[in-house]
Amino acid sequence: MEVRVQNLRKEFDRFPALHDVSLDIRSGELIALLGPSGSGKTTLLRLIAGLESPTEGLIYFGDEDASKKTVQQRNIGFVFQHYALFRHMTVLDNVSFGLNVRDGARRPPKAEIRRRALELLDLVQLSGLEKRYPAQLSGGQRQRVALARAMAVEPNVLLLDEPFGALDAQVRKDLRKWLREIHDRTGHTTVFVTHDQDEAMELADRVVVMSQGAIEQVGTPDEVYDSPNSPFVFGFVGQSNCLDVRVNDSEIWFEDRPLGLKVEGESDGDAQLYFRPHDIELRDGCGGCIAGLLTTSRRVAGTRHIEVDIGKGHPPIELELSPSQAGALDRSRIAFRPTRWKLFR
Amino acid sequence: MALDTSLQPTKVRSAVTEHRFARWTLILASLVFLTLILLLPLSAVFVEAFRKGAGPFLEALQDEETFSAIRLTLIVAGVSVPLNLSFGVAAAWAIAKFEFKGKAFLTTLIDLPFSVSPVISGLVFVLLLGANTHLGHWLSAHDIKILFAVPGLILATMFVTFPFVARELIPLMQEQGTGDEEAAISLGASGWQTFWHVTLPNIKWGLLYGVLLCNARAMGEFGAVSVVSGHIRGQTNTMPLQVEILYNEYNFTGAFAVATLLALLALVTLVLKTLLEMRYSEEIAASRRH
Amino acid sequence: MALGLTLTWLTFLILIPLSGLAWRSSELGWVKFLAIAFDPRTLSALRISFGAAFAAACINAAFGVVLAWVLVRYRFPGKRVIDAMVDLPFALPTAVAGIALATLYAPNGWIGQFLTPLGIKIAFTPLGIVIALVFVGLPFVVRTVQPVMEEIDKEVEEAAATLGATRLQTIFRVLLPGLAPPVLTGFALAFARGVGEYGSVIFIAGNLPFRSEIAPLLIVIKLEEYNYAAATAIAAVMLVMSFIMLLILNLIQSWSRRRYGYGA
Repeated sequence: MEVRVQNLRKEFDRFPALHDVSLDIRSGELIALLGPSGSGKTTLLRLIAGLESPTEGLIYFGDEDASKKTVQQRNIGFVFQHYALFRHMTVLDNVSFGLNVRDGARRPPKAEIRRRALELLDLVQLSGLEKRYPAQLSGGQRQRVALARAMAVEPNVLLLDEPFGALDAQVRKDLRKWLREIHDRTGHTTVFVTHDQDEAMELADRVVVMSQGAIEQVGTPDEVYDSPNSPFVFGFVGQSNCLDVRVNDSEIWFEDRPLGLKVEGESDGDAQLYFRPHDIELRDGCGGCIAGLLTTSRRVAGTRHIEVDIGKGHPPIELELSPSQAGALDRSRIAFRPTRWKLFR
Repeated sequence: MALDTSLQPTKVRSAVTEHRFARWTLILASLVFLTLILLLPLSAVFVEAFRKGAGPFLEALQDEETFSAIRLTLIVAGVSVPLNLSFGVAAAWAIAKFEFKGKAFLTTLIDLPFSVSPVISGLVFVLLLGANTHLGHWLSAHDIKILFAVPGLILATMFVTFPFVARELIPLMQEQGTGDEEAAISLGASGWQTFWHVTLPNIKWGLLYGVLLCNARAMGEFGAVSVVSGHIRGQTNTMPLQVEILYNEYNFTGAFAVATLLALLALVTLVLKTLLEMRYSEEIAASRRH
Repeated sequence: MALGLTLTWLTFLILIPLSGLAWRSSELGWVKFLAIAFDPRTLSALRISFGAAFAAACINAAFGVVLAWVLVRYRFPGKRVIDAMVDLPFALPTAVAGIALATLYAPNGWIGQFLTPLGIKIAFTPLGIVIALVFVGLPFVVRTVQPVMEEIDKEVEEAAATLGATRLQTIFRVLLPGLAPPVLTGFALAFARGVGEYGSVIFIAGNLPFRSEIAPLLIVIKLEEYNYAAATAIAAVMLVMSFIMLLILNLIQSWSRRRYGYGA
């Protein structure tokens, strides 16, 4: 089921949480709403769910206008960060709940409901725990029950609100992989909200980067990482460095030196140069490069992170080098030039 | 697409509230229930007291027996409440700050008067101190009158109102823990100094609250006091007992006049209670933070 | 609290009746004790006390939940005042409540006068006792349920709604079961209070033996006759019966706490 959001605006007591957001979600895709707190991602999710109503704008499920439907009528599945399981019901009853509350014609017979619930529990790898109560489960298990419960109603779209936010780092990692597998198996259209860009990049088919109530960029993880279209996206997704530079005659100048970087079709003037710590090459001597003093050097997993002080009150530049590159440094003066970069005005 | 009004969506009711109709029905039902059960009786007290006008009302209050009933109530409360206050603080202090065997027993003993009929509470004292018991014989031999005299009233009142202060303080003191006291002692303060300067300020709002409830009950206690009182007019009748006597004599104005005073006491208690709850919760939050 | 109540009864059951009974049984003996305990007037008084307390506690349980709901979830003018008023039965002396209720429901009373032509008698009947006990027990369920209701997680309600449950279904299947333990606790407290209540009841009840005479009153009557033996016996029976009822309620409560999840 595809979901289309059109010119959505939401104000809470005059506070604008979303401005004019439009988004097309393809059927069957796993899409992430990524952004810092206050970006409006959870608001957008809840609007799609019907837990809030928009101040303006429309929401379509397939061809139908869902904006006027209540949350019960939209047939969605929602997973909360803190699970929201029904404490007084067993795991099985929790999962069967959505089917049990259906009225008359739409409700399957008891045996069928039980079968489906057990099947789902099997899917989320919790068979054997159906008689337990939520209080007797770990956080990871509870979240899996929550997911099974949401899937039991065969939802049009699955919505997850920071589903792994309350879990330990290791459990989070495991569940990420597992969610991807479940998605590939079941094929539900899935939207999940996260502020963790690793999670978004690892899981999603497409990433929607949001900031301050608006969408900054929509694209695959590759697109968003390699071709960010705004300073915010560049800075939020992955690490970045930023330098104030000047464009002069299609050449980029930093301070009083050209960097040896050519740029086509840009008018002269001030600009900001963004590049990632690992998109650099070290240079000997400097015909056109950035130079500074090595201040710190740390080993992080398989790379070496170094900080370079380029003086004159600029913030330190962070670079990532492979251990062999780092090993070859035998002096404290570093000269480098970005290999991939983007210019923003 | 032309600019059309469909861009303004219909308001969809929030998922977690009821239909307006249901809400107001429930509110109305609650208000009707409360009016019937609470407000009507309360207003009946005042209306009946002034049914014959302000004159008879004031006369009733100035009746000699009524006057001594008022005095007696004040005496009984004036003795019971401070005593219960001290014992309550002591008990709470012992339970909250120390470990000893039989703590649970002591705690349930404190709760005892709450769960027992006031008549049975009074009965206990009659059985213990009555004329035909050992203790009773001893007392009358020494010409000490407890039952059917003021001391008996005080004892019975203390019995039924004892829990109020203790129950308020025990959880409060348990929550506050012993950290502050230990710090004070390590700095050289004596036990008494620690209590006065460290413990007491921490519990002052809980204390006030307990005293308030204790007093309301002490002044209004009926069942237990009725049993031990002997109903000697002018001597062993507290205000509630006086109300009963006047009512049974069909002196309605008199009965309701005294009842009015008690009702006013109740209302003042409620107001102070609410105020303390508002201030108190800040205090709790504050003491939790530190 | 409920555990404490049980232990209390245990303690009290040991202390008082034993001493009273032990002392009195030297002149009474078991036979006479049982004769008093099963005397028709005694049985009737006990039946009236326990029956009325039970009925009143049920009414208070139902309305208590509604009141707590309204106070916790809705906003309306005067809510603060209403919330404070719920504690009135705690603060008002029982004798005052007693004469006020008697005046309201007497045949020519404020309310009684409208009911008499309809053939409904409240004063001097068990119905009057029930109403008095409803007054007395009102705060109990409300105050035990309120804090629990305040803690209800809005997300759980939202989850139920996303799964397709109507508002009614959410309330009855998801919210109310979680409230069972505090409701039972409040019920137990209201019931215990109602059984022993004296001052609020004796005025409206009329105290007609076998009709509207409550057990505590019977104790007082026996005391005034200096029939200490009978008074003690009736008190002992009251205590035993209350203990049994509270034990049952306690068991139901811990069963429901286990069944319906931890932490009411």
